[in-house]
Amino acid sequence: MEPKTIVEKIWEQHIVHQEQDKPDLLYIDLHLVHEVTSPQAFEGLRMKDRKVRRPDLTFATMDHNVPTLDRYFIKDPVSKKQMDTLKDNCEEFDIPLADIDHPDQGIVHVIGPELGLTQPGKTIVCGDSHTSTHGAFGALAFGIGTSEVEHVLATQTLWQAPPKTLNVKVTGELGTGVTAKDLILAIIAKFGVRFGTGYVIEYTGDAIRSLSMEERMTVCNMSIEAGARAGLISPDETTVQFLKGKRFVPQGEDFDKAAARWKALATDPGAQYDATVEIEASEIEPQVSWGTNPGMCIPVTASIPNPDTASSQSDKEEIERALEYMGLEADQPITSVKIDHVFIGSCTNSRLSDLRRAADVVRGKKVNSNVKAIVVPGSQTVKLLAEAEGLNKIFTDAGFEWREAGCSMCLAMNDDIVPYGERCASTSNRNFEGRQGNGARTHLVSPEMAAAAAIEGHFVDVRNYTIPSFT
Amino acid sequence: MEPIRQHKGLVYPLNRANVDTDQIIPKQFLKRIERQGFGQFLFYNWRFDDDGTVRENFNLNDRKYDGASILVAGENFGCGSSREHAPWALLDYGFKVVIAPSFADIFFNNCVKNGILPVKLSLSETETLLKRAEEEQFVLTVDLAEEKVYDTSSDFKATFSLSPYQREMLLNGWDEIAVTLTHSSKIDDYEVKTGTVEVH
Ligand code: SF4
Repeated sequence: MEPKTIVEKIWEQHIVHQEQDKPDLLYIDLHLVHEVTSPQAFEGLRMKDRKVRRPDLTFATMDHNVPTLDRYFIKDPVSKKQMDTLKDNCEEFDIPLADIDHPDQGIVHVIGPELGLTQPGKTIVCGDSHTSTHGAFGALAFGIGTSEVEHVLATQTLWQAPPKTLNVKVTGELGTGVTAKDLILAIIAKFGVRFGTGYVIEYTGDAIRSLSMEERMTVCNMSIEAGARAGLISPDETTVQFLKGKRFVPQGEDFDKAAARWKALATDPGAQYDATVEIEASEIEPQVSWGTNPGMCIPVTASIPNPDTASSQSDKEEIERALEYMGLEADQPITSVKIDHVFIGSCTNSRLSDLRRAADVVRGKKVNSNVKAIVVPGSQTVKLLAEAEGLNKIFTDAGFEWREAGCSMCLAMNDDIVPYGERCASTSNRNFEGRQGNGARTHLVSPEMAAAAAIEGHFVDVRNYTIPSFT
Repeated sequence: MEPIRQHKGLVYPLNRANVDTDQIIPKQFLKRIERQGFGQFLFYNWRFDDDGTVRENFNLNDRKYDGASILVAGENFGCGSSREHAPWALLDYGFKVVIAPSFADIFFNNCVKNGILPVKLSLSETETLLKRAEEEQFVLTVDLAEEKVYDTSSDFKATFSLSPYQREMLLNGWDEIAVTLTHSSKIDDYEVKTGTVEVH
């Protein structure tokens, strides 16, 4: 048989209907829903008197608006209304909801894998661009708009043209103190914020194989920042071990059968991609973003780019505009940049291992007196597990605030806002203008780098720290 | 959704690459549960200062673009968040056509679903349009049936293409769900064949 990529295999298994001059009608196995991008979709159903076809393949949670101090006190009445609306819609259409007071509540892309809803070979969608996160399991997972949310609710399908595939091959091994976050930032810095447009990325190579599931999620999460709607990794033993015993995966003998099926989905040797790029992991250093898109990233040892060295007039203007917004000088070493805030959280870096590694850095130290630092676990489950190991204590002893689960300062839809003109070292995925608050200046980093910046008050090379987990 | 066959309108030039949907509609306006009324918040943080005063240096505030309905921008327009509030805001503000050398995939899709025509032209063609629209008030005709963009007063002519399916959708203003529901029996068959089991 002809060798196939995992994308081709999943695609073929999900075709409901094919017709000339039309995209394929694709079946959707799992539809995740949150409060921000769903109200208009439910309203659309009501207006046409339509039903949700498969409420049992749909799962909802609250995350974007959730307050992280007192989760039962939602100050903004518009936020509250949006959350109440989701609750009403889930009741009306019989959709399971991890509501604000539910132990499963958390960021939609954290809880899917945590509960085992996310599985290899599934087609997964959500009205959220970081749905690509679930690709870490070898699922075909992508973000959709609200019209498509309505379409999936009504039909459990989507019209989709078969995607092109892009192999991002990561050879070698990441150095000590260099994380999955640095890897994906370095990939986007190297190839740009649109190299993945029109493609589904498959991450391959030794460096990817040796990543844990949580690290793989960090990488796949930011596929959209490279322009790709989806990014995935062929399932292997690491995937299987992670899923074993999770609530919604098959149990016992059925699990072994599922595991065999999952592993068979992996891309066959010799399968063809539409394009391939390569990057060597050992050359990657810890990254810090300096500008207003995730491709504007440099190694922590470097200085901020000079617009005069740009290759085109439009690049030059883009750099100048970014420097102005960010309040930075060309050629300034990134380590000289002082910060006001640190945010450890978001669907990129708020899982237990992220918090463990950040805690390793801050253990026994104090947050710089000029810095306000918060840790926001990705889910209630992560929060409880972290507390059980005493991570919260390490953080609060150092001067961090320990918060409730949600999206929080990643997009500042709740009260966790970076004030105008202030600067934040953030473990999230987007440094767009105003992302963390109007006029806020975001620098994307790994949890380790964010933790070290919190202690020093400016960016530092975390590799110079003596940390138990580095040895 | 309103069908769109041909559209003639004033061009507004947004000469920037990588305009993300966080800029098109900032997150503080995503809390509404309606589809309407987002136009007033379009490019909010570029149009207005922190205290709500109009930013004269942002060209959408230039009166000469009042009533513009065709937006021309740089590469990778609509990147970032999947929020459909972005096309809702563009449409509500009055834009019917967006022209750029490249678009982010989700945004492109979201436009089509809302009756906004996204037009991919070459980099040099968009640059020509940007330059002209910056210099003068400039009216362009976009013909979806013919897949052509042209200007009656000078000799700008360009062609574009859309997938046949998306073209049909826009030309007819179809309700996609209604179309899909005509295939219900196929969906039933698929579910039977694959034994799609309940997960919870
Ligand atoms: S954490 Fe940030 S990027 Fe992730 S889903 Fe929430 S808002 Fe979106």
